[in-house]
Amino acid sequence: MDWVIEARNITKTYRMGEFDVEALRNVSFTIERGEALSIMGPSGSGKSTMMNTLGCLDKPTSGEYILDGESVADMDDDQLASVRNRKVGFVFQSFNLLSRLTALGNVELPLRYSGLTDGRRERAQAALEAVGLKDRMTHRPYELSGGQQQRVAVARAIVNDPAMIMADEPTGNLDSKVGKEIVDLLLSLNKERGTTLIIVTHDPYIAEQTQRVIRLRDGEIDSSVEENKGRKK
Amino acid sequence: MSFTQAVFEALESLNGNKMRSGLTVLGIVIGVAAVIAMLAVGNGAQASITGSISSIGTNLLFVFSGPPPNGPPGPGDQRSGNNERPLTLADAAAIADPFAAPSVESAAPAIQGNGTITFAGENSTTTISGVTPAYSLVRNLELAEGEFINEEHMNGVMSVVVLGPETAEAIFGHADGVVGETIRIEGQPFRVIGVLVAKGGGAFGSEDNAAYIPFSTAQARLIKRASRDEIDVLFVQATSAESVPLAVDEISNILRQRHRTPIGVDDFTIFTQQDFLSTFATITGVLTIFLGGIAGISLLVGGIGIMNIMLVSVTERTREIGLRKALGARKRDILLQFLTESSLLSLIGGIIGIMFGWLIAFVVGQVAAATGNNFTPIVGTDAILLSTSFSAIIGLFFGIYPASRAANLEPVEALRYE
Ligand SMILES: Nc1ncnc2c1ncn2[C@@H]1O[C@H](COP(=O)(O)OP(=O)(O)OP(=O)(O)O)[C@@H](O)[C@H]1O
Ligand SMILES: [Mg+2]
Repeated sequence: MDWVIEARNITKTYRMGEFDVEALRNVSFTIERGEALSIMGPSGSGKSTMMNTLGCLDKPTSGEYILDGESVADMDDDQLASVRNRKVGFVFQSFNLLSRLTALGNVELPLRYSGLTDGRRERAQAALEAVGLKDRMTHRPYELSGGQQQRVAVARAIVNDPAMIMADEPTGNLDSKVGKEIVDLLLSLNKERGTTLIIVTHDPYIAEQTQRVIRLRDGEIDSSVEENKGRKK
Repeated sequence: MSFTQAVFEALESLNGNKMRSGLTVLGIVIGVAAVIAMLAVGNGAQASITGSISSIGTNLLFVFSGPPPNGPPGPGDQRSGNNERPLTLADAAAIADPFAAPSVESAAPAIQGNGTITFAGENSTTTISGVTPAYSLVRNLELAEGEFINEEHMNGVMSVVVLGPETAEAIFGHADGVVGETIRIEGQPFRVIGVLVAKGGGAFGSEDNAAYIPFSTAQARLIKRASRDEIDVLFVQATSAESVPLAVDEISNILRQRHRTPIGVDDFTIFTQQDFLSTFATITGVLTIFLGGIAGISLLVGGIGIMNIMLVSVTERTREIGLRKALGARKRDILLQFLTESSLLSLIGGIIGIMFGWLIAFVVGQVAAATGNNFTPIVGTDAILLSTSFSAIIGLFFGIYPASRAANLEPVEALRYE
């Protein structure tokens, strides 16, 4: 099988004064290349922690994690930065665009850290076209609607052609109609480009559209329910 | 990220907060401008003093009564003890003897005092010097009109005076056509026999503001000294600049013999132009360092301003830093970004500061010129290099802490920061 993600016995512990908070407990799973998957679960169940770990923003306390063939557990900060840059595209709930920069500038940002000197502009333009913002390239974030801003964020996530897109509640700050558009955009990118898609969501309607749902409860995968299994869209 | 890119991005971000960047830059501008201006004033003062000392002639020596200020102390605490004798006209004559002192061209004794000169209700206080005819030779005095004091005036103890152009101006309102007038010095009538050519400021007060009378007349009527032939200072001209050290030796030997002082307990002091130069160089050097030091402190304060602003900026942009890290920025990328910003702040401040300091120095020079002072501040390349590198170092030094704080933020924490 062609796995993009192989996670084995991942545990993440936060130390809170006297107590240890186990945000992830012994989580093991694999994700296939090109898969679209949602992560659900009640608030505080560890969804964001899982996303941060899978996205190499944070290292697991213990366990083994192989991302796109590279073992992440022993990497230092700079190597992790490089993995994030090349293999992961993040979409955040709160867009996280730099207000100083135009849409184009924001989308170019990951390329700046790739050591790429030529063709950045063209690639950023192509990414913005792919999310349907061809005529908003020189707008700054505050000149764009919420949905458009999130589209810029999606363009930024795909500009470096990553192995996977990780979206942590990408529709949380949008109304349902616009939110649906963003999810549709992410799903279509997943289908057309074969980029693995992982969405954290509270919305069952969104979860329904992905091939698989991982449910978390208290930092553990709730294996009693595995929805959508086998449903290929 | 490449360097030019980092600079471009830093400019972009500084431009995003113009007011704040401007005020931070202002701190550095003031510091650098102060350093440049202070050093320029210090160097200018040094050059002007050096210039005026040089203008008195490279082969001129001064002999004073009394032991050298930093010579070996005499018996007891009285330096040369009770044996101290004043310089006399006879000493001057001995030194002027070409056989005893072959390196001495001529020697001009003088006594000096302050006096009030009056003419038709106008009065002016100036230095009155009792001099011999040799004085005009030794000091290279030129006459605009009339003649200088000669042997006849000396022998006749005549009441004649040669005026500096400034003094003439002060009492007559003009410096020409005054020969033949009678003025009063300390109430006594003197006939003006000559007026000197204007020379500009000198190291020992302006030579233009002076009055010269025959030595004999001064001694007899105006500037009384303990004995008839006591003198205050002896101006000696060496045969050439190279023979100055020889002349010093010859004069010392003559005076030691004549005053019968024990070895090493001289009761006279010889100053050469070189002595004056090095003394004043020390004084102005200390002055320059002092001024520059004060200005340096303001540059330091500017640097602390940079650090302050960078810390605020790092805190404000915590989320941005988190985002950049999420997108693949390494520690050194973030470090470079913030260091570039702080260095640019200080570099821009440095450049504006240099121009501003130059302007200040120029204005000071103009003011000095307008008020008739012979003084030009000098903006040296050393001052420019010093303050540029100092401000660059300050930008780096005070930028390092905020930048490393930014670089070491945990991406997850930074992204969560509100
Ligand atoms: N930096 C941290 N320090 C201490 N505890 C933390 C930290 N981050 C997360 N936690 C704890 O880990 C657990 C999982 O948090 P996480 O943010 O992953 O939940 P979540 O499923 O994303 O919740 P939500 O749906 O509200 O976003 C929570 O109990 C939380 O308090
Ligand atoms: Mg969460």
